[in-house]
Amino acid sequence: MDDGRRTFLKSGGGVTLLALLTAAGWLDADEALAQTWNKAAFDTHSLGDTLHALGGGEPAPSRDIEFVQTPEIAENGAVVPVGVASKIPKTESIAILIEKNPNMLAAVFDVPAGTEPMISTRVKMAQTSNIYALVKADGRYYVAAKEVKVTLGGCGG
Amino acid sequence: MGEPMKIRATLTGDTTEVKVLMNHEMETGQRKDAQGQTIPAWFIQTIGATWNGKSVLSAQWGPAVAKNPFLSFRFKGGAKGDKIVVRWVDSRGDQRSDEAVIA
Repeated sequence: MDDGRRTFLKSGGGVTLLALLTAAGWLDADEALAQTWNKAAFDTHSLGDTLHALGGGEPAPSRDIEFVQTPEIAENGAVVPVGVASKIPKTESIAILIEKNPNMLAAVFDVPAGTEPMISTRVKMAQTSNIYALVKADGRYYVAAKEVKVTLGGCGG
Repeated sequence: MGEPMKIRATLTGDTTEVKVLMNHEMETGQRKDAQGQTIPAWFIQTIGATWNGKSVLSAQWGPAVAKNPFLSFRFKGGAKGDKIVVRWVDSRGDQRSDEAVIA
């Protein structure tokens, strides 16, 4: 990896420069991908802060967000299946937040048109906690919560 | 380069379901080793999936995604033999790209 170029990119900073470089073909797609990680959002410790970092306001509770394949009780906090399905029209992204983890935000999925607003993955949970599914649809935010009891935590040593 | 991913894409009706199993430690940065030293965080940060070059999913992950991450999603369209490419970049800048054809 060319260190000079890395430093230049970092010091160059702005999204515009990055976009220009990508457009000019200076960066391959994978490198551009690496630049989009939202560090601020993943460093937050509360629902409000996470929303703020993701660029949203107060979310409205919604019954149109469903948890699928998500257990009531997880025996092993290191591997907890979580699936979220949104029935809200124009769903753009789905985020999974775990209230009592060291950092709340676990994952954000961007759902392009044509992709069903339903994703599933597996997360780690430090302890029994609410899981929030945060959905952005048509520019607005919606939230649903489900408590998952954890018998054995997944973040410690 | 990380270890290869397992990708399975299956067509049912007009919907393609993609299941991905990645090989990654997903170290949280919370654990300590035997000497009491914190093991540095090391995890997949960004994921992108394309179908015939068109984006069908992108995601950002934190260290709370489980070790050897699993991901599944569905999109409208796709035909048998079409190419699905999934790639990830981790917090060390390491990256991996794998592909599968829709069955």
